[in-house]
Amino acid sequence: MMRDLHALLTPRHALGPLEIRRENLAFVTLPASNLRGFLTELRDTQGFSHLVLLTAVDWLEEGQFQLTYMMNNRARDLTLGVRVMLDRTTAQMDSIHDLWPTAATYQRELKEMFGITFPGSPRLDEEFILEGWTDLPPYRRDFDSLAYSQQTYAERPGRVTHDPREYMKSKLYPGG
Amino acid sequence: MKDIDETFRKIDATVPLREELRPRTVTTPDGQEITIEPLKDYFCEAAPKVHPKAYFQIVENFYNWARSNSLWILGFGTGCGAIEMRPLMTPRFDAYRYGVQWRPTPRQANLLIISGYLSVKTLKRAIRAYEQMQGPKYVIGLGSCTINGGMYWDSYNTIKRLDDYLPVDLYIAGCMPRPEALLHGFIELKKLIRAGKAEGTNRYAENFASYKAAQKSVIKDWDMPDYNW
Repeated sequence: MMRDLHALLTPRHALGPLEIRRENLAFVTLPASNLRGFLTELRDTQGFSHLVLLTAVDWLEEGQFQLTYMMNNRARDLTLGVRVMLDRTTAQMDSIHDLWPTAATYQRELKEMFGITFPGSPRLDEEFILEGWTDLPPYRRDFDSLAYSQQTYAERPGRVTHDPREYMKSKLYPGG
Repeated sequence: MKDIDETFRKIDATVPLREELRPRTVTTPDGQEITIEPLKDYFCEAAPKVHPKAYFQIVENFYNWARSNSLWILGFGTGCGAIEMRPLMTPRFDAYRYGVQWRPTPRQANLLIISGYLSVKTLKRAIRAYEQMQGPKYVIGLGSCTINGGMYWDSYNTIKRLDDYLPVDLYIAGCMPRPEALLHGFIELKKLIRAGKAEGTNRYAENFASYKAAQKSVIKDWDMPDYNW
């Protein structure tokens, strides 16, 4: 089913190769400019009416953000993950809040956690989860969470970390 | 931190007050125009004061005995430990037989249980709730997250030691402690109160400035009154 769909839509939307994970779960990558047309066609003619989630992956080494739009066809129990690669320095993508109103919430979250902007998305610049955040968006991989927490939050001295393997070995076999 | 990116840094030092706290003019139902200044009208402007002990030790001991038998908990679940408080209200553990009970608002409670990790956002609410409670009031830190950060020791958004921000009377260690540990904590807290060692309210009043400085150092968008009483 997924293969038929892929073969049908590839010429029009310049889709990448299909990665099949399960019988009813597959992923496909396409250029960012084609996303809107592809999602609209999936929704209006192919029955993928449900946006399950919109999330991002930070490919720091490649200098790219990957956006994943999970689309679900409830009638046929199919899930298609639509991937788009963005340039990490500009980090900008077209908003799809007019196709699915819920996308606005995901886009707010991505703006706050990854710093990816979606111009025109409602309430985009409002705080979503973090309040008063003044630093790099925390889900970016170049954000050093440990260093930030050590600098920002006071620690209680005396915290010890054991390597579980060595620690249990010394406990169970004290002689070595 | 090594990689601070100036393009994301917001350095506007002044955070505007929340909208409901700004002065405004309203028209009353009978057509009168009045100005409301919420900071003056709704909140106490003076800092908290130290409550002096009774002159006679025997009277103070009587007060402490009475206080130890009136523990009213604020039902404010801040982390996963809130789950451990639910069974205490059921017949299986029945915390009410120890003379403690849960109340829905800070104004009716005098024991705040911080039941797990506090994100910066929740810390702000916890401080508000604590300051609205009636004195003498007590704070229990539940679980290792409140003691040294626990499993959130490297999180970008959770505080690591509670006693910097609120005067903690008692910690209950564990991740998470069982309800029995909480019951034991209540008993220990009662012993502390009877011995006159649970003076968190006065400690907070004495060191109000330093507590506020610590709170404001992590809550970057302080948009409420300094003292929320």
